[in-house]
Amino acid sequence: MKSNETWKSWLRGDLDLTDTLPEAQMPSALEPTGTETSQTSGEEQPASMKTLERWELHLFQKLYPFFAVLMGLAIVVVLMATVFSLPRFGGEDVPANNEVAERYLADGIEETGAINFVAGMILDYRAFDTLGESHVLFTGVCAVILLLESTEEVNIFRRKKTKKRAPAPRLDLTKDPILHQAALFIVPIIFLFGIYVVFNGHLSPGGGFSGGAILGAGLIVYASAFGFEQTERFMNRKVFRMVTLCALCFYSLSKCYSFFTGANHLESFISPGTPGNIFSAGLILPLNIAVGAVVACTMYGLFSLFERGKI
Amino acid sequence: MLDQILACLPEVVAVLLYAIGFMLLLLHKNLIKKIIGLNIMDTSMYLFLASMGYIQGNIAPILTEGATVADYINPIPSGLVLTGIVVSVSTTALMLALVIRLYRAYHTLNLDEIYIEIQRGRR
Repeated sequence: MKSNETWKSWLRGDLDLTDTLPEAQMPSALEPTGTETSQTSGEEQPASMKTLERWELHLFQKLYPFFAVLMGLAIVVVLMATVFSLPRFGGEDVPANNEVAERYLADGIEETGAINFVAGMILDYRAFDTLGESHVLFTGVCAVILLLESTEEVNIFRRKKTKKRAPAPRLDLTKDPILHQAALFIVPIIFLFGIYVVFNGHLSPGGGFSGGAILGAGLIVYASAFGFEQTERFMNRKVFRMVTLCALCFYSLSKCYSFFTGANHLESFISPGTPGNIFSAGLILPLNIAVGAVVACTMYGLFSLFERGKI
Repeated sequence: MLDQILACLPEVVAVLLYAIGFMLLLLHKNLIKKIIGLNIMDTSMYLFLASMGYIQGNIAPILTEGATVADYINPIPSGLVLTGIVVSVSTTALMLALVIRLYRAYHTLNLDEIYIEIQRGRR
C-alpha cells in the first residue's frame, strides 16, 4: 500500500522521485562532466518529469479502469449474443458432430486397435498434432532454461550499485520427519498410478499427458521432501536431455514410418493387435510412453528451474 | 431468458469465466495475478470446447458393451482441449520465468512500481 501512495503522490506532483533516490542524483550533481550522465542529460530533462507527460499519465490512470470495464462488458455482450445463437447444447445436430467424428467412432477400433477412441484419435489419426504438443512443451522448457539459468544479473539501468536484497527466508522442509514419512508412503503409490495411467492410455481414460503429469508430480513431491540432492542421483540435466531427446526422436521417426507406409499404401509391420490387450493398438502404447516421459521430465524440470534455477 | 440461459448453461458459464479472467488481466497491477487471469481465460476455453462435443445422454468415447456409434459423444473436442492444456502450461511457464526475471531486475511485481523504477533509472 505504501508503494501505491508513493505512486499517487508522484502523479500529483507532491513528490519528486529524484529526492527519494539520492544516489541516482548524486553523480550528476557531483561530476556533471561524467560520460554517462552527460549523455542522458543531453536528451532528457534532468530534474523532473514534464508536466504534460505527468498530466497524460494521470488522465490515463483515471480513465483506464472505466474503459477496461467497458471493454469487458462489450466482449461479454458480443459473446453472449453468439452463445444464444449457437445450436442447442447437447443436441445431435451440432455441426461439430459431422462425418469425421462418425468415422473415428465407426472404424477407430478396427484401424487403430485402441479401446479409448480419444487415444486412438490423438495418437493415430492426429499424431502430428500430439507431436506438435510435445514440441511446444519442449520449447517451453528450453525458453525457461534460457531465461532462468544465467546466473549473472543484467544491469538495465547502468547504475553502478544495485541494492542487493537478502533472499526471503525459506521454510526448509527437507528435515521434516512428518513430510518424510508421508512422502515415503505416498511417492511409490503416485509412481505406480502414473505408470498405470501411461500404460493403459489406449484402454481407459488417461494416456501420456495425464500419466506424465502424475509422474512429474511424484518427482516433485520426492524432490521437495528429500531435497534435490536425492533426485540428482537419477534425474540430472544429462538424464533430462537424453530422455527428452530420445522420446521426441522416437516419436518423430515412428510416426514418419507409419505416415510413409500409410500414404503410399505399403504393407506396415505394425498391426493393431487384439483390441483390449495391453500389448495392442500398434504404436499407441510406445508413443504414450514417449509422451509420458517428455511430460514428466518437463514438469520436474520446470519445478526445478523455478525452485533453484537449474535442472 | 432464464430458460435460454439454462438451456446452454456451460457456454454461458464459459463466457462469464472468460470475462472474469479478462478483467483480472486488465485491472490488476500485479503480474502474477495477470497470469492467473490468463489461466482462467484458458480454463473457460476448455469448458467451451468440451461442451461443444457433448451430446445429451451419450457416454464417454470408450468402447462399451452394446453401444453403437450413435451412443458416444464427439471425441474431437476432447483432443482439442488436450492441445489447449499443453499450450497453456507452456505459456504459463514462460510467463512465470519472465516475471522472475522482472522481479530480479526491479525487486517488485507491481507494474506501477516498475514504471517508477524505469523513470528513476532514466535519469
